[in-house]
Amino acid sequence: MIVANRKPLEEILEMIRPYKKILLLGCNECVTVCAAGGQREVGVLASELRLSRAKDGNEIEIREHTLERQCDHEYIDQIRPFVGDYEIVLSMACGAGVQYVAETCRSKLVVPAVDTTFLGVTMEQGVWSERCQGCGNCILDKTGGICPIARCAKSLLNGPCGGSSGGKCEIDKEVDCGWQLIIDRLQELGQMDRYEEIIPVKDWTTARDGGPRKRMREDLRL
Amino acid sequence: MRLNYPSNVKIVKIPCTGRVDIMMILRAFESGVDGVFVAGCLEGECHFLKGNLRAKKRVQYVKGLLDESGIDGARVEMYNLSAAQGQRFAAVAREMTEKVRLLGPSPVKIGR
Amino acid sequence: MTNTGSNIERILDTGGFVVTSECGPPRGADAGVVRKKGELLRGVVDAVNVTDNQTSVVRMSSLSACVILKEMGFDPILQMVCRDRNRIALQSDLLGAAALGINNVLCLSGDHQKFGDHPQAKNVFDIDSIQLIQAVRRMRDEGKFIGGEEIKGKPVLFIGAAANPFADPFEIRAPRLGKKVKAGCEFIQTQCIYNLERFERWMAMVRDRGLHEKCAILAGVTPFKSVGMAKYMKNQVPGMDVPDEMIERMKGVPKEKQTEEGIKICVETIQRLREIPGVRGIHIMAIEWEDRVSEIAKAAGLLPRPQLP
Repeated sequence: MIVANRKPLEEILEMIRPYKKILLLGCNECVTVCAAGGQREVGVLASELRLSRAKDGNEIEIREHTLERQCDHEYIDQIRPFVGDYEIVLSMACGAGVQYVAETCRSKLVVPAVDTTFLGVTMEQGVWSERCQGCGNCILDKTGGICPIARCAKSLLNGPCGGSSGGKCEIDKEVDCGWQLIIDRLQELGQMDRYEEIIPVKDWTTARDGGPRKRMREDLRL
Repeated sequence: MRLNYPSNVKIVKIPCTGRVDIMMILRAFESGVDGVFVAGCLEGECHFLKGNLRAKKRVQYVKGLLDESGIDGARVEMYNLSAAQGQRFAAVAREMTEKVRLLGPSPVKIGR
Repeated sequence: MTNTGSNIERILDTGGFVVTSECGPPRGADAGVVRKKGELLRGVVDAVNVTDNQTSVVRMSSLSACVILKEMGFDPILQMVCRDRNRIALQSDLLGAAALGINNVLCLSGDHQKFGDHPQAKNVFDIDSIQLIQAVRRMRDEGKFIGGEEIKGKPVLFIGAAANPFADPFEIRAPRLGKKVKAGCEFIQTQCIYNLERFERWMAMVRDRGLHEKCAILAGVTPFKSVGMAKYMKNQVPGMDVPDEMIERMKGVPKEKQTEEGIKICVETIQRLREIPGVRGIHIMAIEWEDRVSEIAKAAGLLPRPQLP
């Protein structure tokens, strides 16, 4: 899932400072699972905004609404009948959702209430961690199923570097060394011979470096 | 026991403090209360094992939200006491009332 | 073997023992600082490493400082990290270095920018140190860029890399060196050695794989200035192995004698390292302490250095 983080209230208040009627838009997908921008977080943020603005005697009208997805036209279309009643849309979706709502509702200013961070997993309730950087050219078959690009601080394809210590990364004792994880896994799988192969320079054209990406399946197009 | 506690305290009954939701507390502040205290069972004695411990974490979280909103997180507290400690309930109610009185009225003017 | 003009290569070819040291460029544009540091190493070393924004702190570029040292008659080793440049910039600088008469390159991944003065920077890591070794080797021997195009005027460079025998996991330390050798690395400078017993075990693994025959191992040493520095190296520097006995030994002498004790330990370490089969040279890293390198080299019996034509 895409993991996001609620922005600090102060930053959000600044974005919506001149406005008195806002549409606060949650998303039922990833940001709900990572508890950053689902229906519950919409409720909490709305309450915080109302409290904060009421405290300053500058009351605000907030419509709380959560869409099934903010990355699909068909759901965004549901706000068309009433979006015009509000001065600004504050979206709690990931960066993709915020932009797509903005593209759809061109007359409205759409601003983000979360910082989109990474593609990751739920480690336990309340803990999420990064697993993938969407490089567009998966090499997990070569690295014991652990991604060196996402999980090594230097994205080394032939690691570990000299800073690997006790299974931890030099940048932070709380961070696992991605290459230690790869080696442990290769050992478990009896594939240590793979470690000796040099992984060649990567072709980054499939990643962000190659420019904005687009995917098409002709058979599905209407 | 006919114990006295400050008349400004309004009790919201819930089956277990594990039922306390962040939004419940925030709504109370939105409606204009000056403080909230959550009275849970003694730690380690929750009938549902962890209800009061969860409430404690949520109260802590709400403190952060209130601070962020400029309301002062000290306006919400968690206390632990058993159902048999009527005296303690009255004492806590007085203590919390006094604490909130010192903080002054909530800066939120909704519904006033 | 290609004749690169590198002093390291020439000494190794005649079966000699190599001595290198390093010079960290200044945090400013004053060439005088580089010259001053260089003067301290004159007649003491065969080649000088010039660090590349080490610990991610902005400094005068490695290539510029290399050229200053080259003008003074040194044989500089251009350190290159993959943190700040992509494959386009790295290859371009390799061509530039060769054009300016630099003979050696040391291929490194680079410290993470978190440790430096610009932790907010975006890092590059387009390629890693092993891929950089491969690239330099191919540029020099096959005359081809990473992209496959032909190079007109091959960069003739002697290719080195670093190895840390003390980082984890220990069991892959020799295989990892094997990868560097397979990539085309010709000399290795190791992380500072304090734990000789562990280093010997690593060397045994290196010899078992015959890596010492394909690639010259230069053993790294750094003298302690004080017991405080020894403790710092032990506890704060990732991938550093300082045995307790060494700390105790530093503690055992009065404060004013600790500097001398640190140098004594360093000299003894060098003498033991010279006896280890497969060790072809010593790399003395006296961080901001270049004035003591000559004393250490002399005491360890590494002087005079061979006169190369």
